Amino acid sequence: MSEHGTWVHAVSRGLSADRLAGITGVGGAPVRAVAAAGLVAVVATVDLAEYGEEALRRNLENLDWLTSVARTHHEVADAVARLGPVVPARLATVQLDDARVAAMLTEHHDDLTAALDRVEGRIEWGVKAYAVPAPTAPAEPAGAGGGAGRAYLMRKRARMTATETAERTAAADADRLHAALAGRSLEARHHPPQDGRLSGRPEWMVLNGAYLVDADRADDFADLVRELAPRHPGVTVELTGPWPPYSFTATDEREAATR
Amino acid sequence: MSTLQPRGQDPTNLADILERVLDRGVVIAGDIRINLLDIELLTIKLRLVVASVDTAREMGIDWWERDPFLSSRPRGPEVGAAPTGNEIESDGDRRAVEAEPVRDEGRLDARREETR
Repeated sequence: MSEHGTWVHAVSRGLSADRLAGITGVGGAPVRAVAAAGLVAVVATVDLAEYGEEALRRNLENLDWLTSVARTHHEVADAVARLGPVVPARLATVQLDDARVAAMLTEHHDDLTAALDRVEGRIEWGVKAYAVPAPTAPAEPAGAGGGAGRAYLMRKRARMTATETAERTAAADADRLHAALAGRSLEARHHPPQDGRLSGRPEWMVLNGAYLVDADRADDFADLVRELAPRHPGVTVELTGPWPPYSFTATDEREAATR
Repeated sequence: MSTLQPRGQDPTNLADILERVLDRGVVIAGDIRINLLDIELLTIKLRLVVASVDTAREMGIDWWERDPFLSSRPRGPEVGAAPTGNEIESDGDRRAVEAEPVRDEGRLDARREETR
């Protein structure tokens, strides 16, 4: 087993190696191009002591390591997206050498080509919507009849009802928003909501959508999101991107059919 | 009331990046066989991408269960067994794990290639 391996960042095509100058891959080495079957894999040489199977297994559990690697992996995909069509590889796709990368491109040529066809000239927007919390119930004068215990229960019930109403409104608004955005994009995806501990927001995420749009109409879509947001008062809307088309690279038609 | 959040001080926050690089992008079996689903990373990943499944169901939001790609089997509401949501190794995480292989099914490489 060699002591180095080849980390696959992304697959592209029509990309000359010199255009990758200045892009640093995972592990700190400059990225390189491995060409085969009319495709180009953007790769970086990595030390198997850190990126081999056992090491990866251990390092992926380390949030600091994972954060750094994930950011670099993303930055490379983002940089390649500026140069041509890009299909980002799932994190931790590692081959033993460049020849194995070339073999992979050849073996999966048809699927990768289809994936590139699908995303060429397109970008991904992320739109998340959070439920707007229920307004806090106004304090009622104590002793309005029935005593403090009853007043407490009444307030509690009112608060629960308000919360439920706010959540239902948010869910309905999120559905309408997604439908509107899906109607103005080439493809759309519903992703599971992110947990608040990582989204960093206390509100409940009711929509985590991804939308594939033509790159030259990217701004139109962003404008649309800004225009639609105030019309959905039950949710707070967050736009992220443009992203490389991470959510639209699976070539499986069944996935495409779920939009 | 509703506002569009500005693109923000950090438009590519960590949660958004992790979600994309760990859960999306093309799956090609490499020589180094790392099945992301196998490792404890899952606990990070699931906290990341899956909010409280029970809370969602209570609100009638269960599109990932109705979605034939995301779910291969019906799972009844388990509201009565709702975990508090604070334990990483809670029941909620485990159920969410079950959905994972299905989501990846049919990508470039068959799941069996990653199964030891």
